[in-house]
Amino acid sequence: MLLAISASVIVVLVLLWEVAWPVVAEKIAQRRARRARIEVDGYDPGRERRAEQRARTLLRSCVNEEEWAMYRDLGFFRVWGALSEGPGRDKSGRGAPYAYLIYPHKPIVAYLPQTRRLLSEYCVTFPDETRPYGSARLPDSDDVLAKWMALTGDERRIIAEANMHLPGRQVDPKQVKRDLWRLGQWEQERLRSIHRGAGSVPSP
Amino acid sequence: MKPGHGEVLIAEGDLEVPEQHDELVQAFRAQLGAGMWAAVPRASTGGRREAQMVSNFDDVPVDADRVIFFPRAAGGR
Repeated sequence: MLLAISASVIVVLVLLWEVAWPVVAEKIAQRRARRARIEVDGYDPGRERRAEQRARTLLRSCVNEEEWAMYRDLGFFRVWGALSEGPGRDKSGRGAPYAYLIYPHKPIVAYLPQTRRLLSEYCVTFPDETRPYGSARLPDSDDVLAKWMALTGDERRIIAEANMHLPGRQVDPKQVKRDLWRLGQWEQERLRSIHRGAGSVPSP
Repeated sequence: MKPGHGEVLIAEGDLEVPEQHDELVQAFRAQLGAGMWAAVPRASTGGRREAQMVSNFDDVPVDADRVIFFPRAAGGR
């Protein structure tokens, strides 16, 4: 009897070990990863900040005033899609108007402005493999400008280079919906301020 | 565009001056040879702005005041 109970206990313990060990091992690995020191060669926060300032100046000089204000106020760009074979083509072969949201160092998100339906994510990077300062990563505003230039200059090419995924793979769809709502509010406010400016009389 | 630096002036000159023209052509080719893409920001219709991608120095619009080089796009994860 005792022998049978002991054997049963041993079997149960072994089974528990088999089930629990992968979970425990993963937790240990996660803990080690969190506590690991990540060596960043020559990272200089001041330099990165100055680089971002230069990048913002360059970006501002390339886009129009509305686009700059959008990026400054909201942190992203909207670029209208120009390919005629857009989604939801009608009998004439013309697709529905579509647009992209450009975030720094995140995938480009394609969507339908009329319905705010998200279409896809285009994962694209602009790595400088010469790593002049130990990193291949452009400043945020340079990354946005590179995407803007590539999309407005040769949309078909950049879309072909990118890896396409369903919405939500990297950019939270709730966040995008919120951003589209913010963009709508921002545009309304901008229109109101323009009308106010047009109707006002300059003071003497 | 450079990581950790932002905008870097590579070359500047007057296209009307032959030596400077050659210098600009060489700099342009060197950048494309290094795997960069080149674009010229310009105004489009309706007050919008857009970029024109150029892969040959002769394609650069004569009224362009600058060409911006940036790393070639690659599919991200």
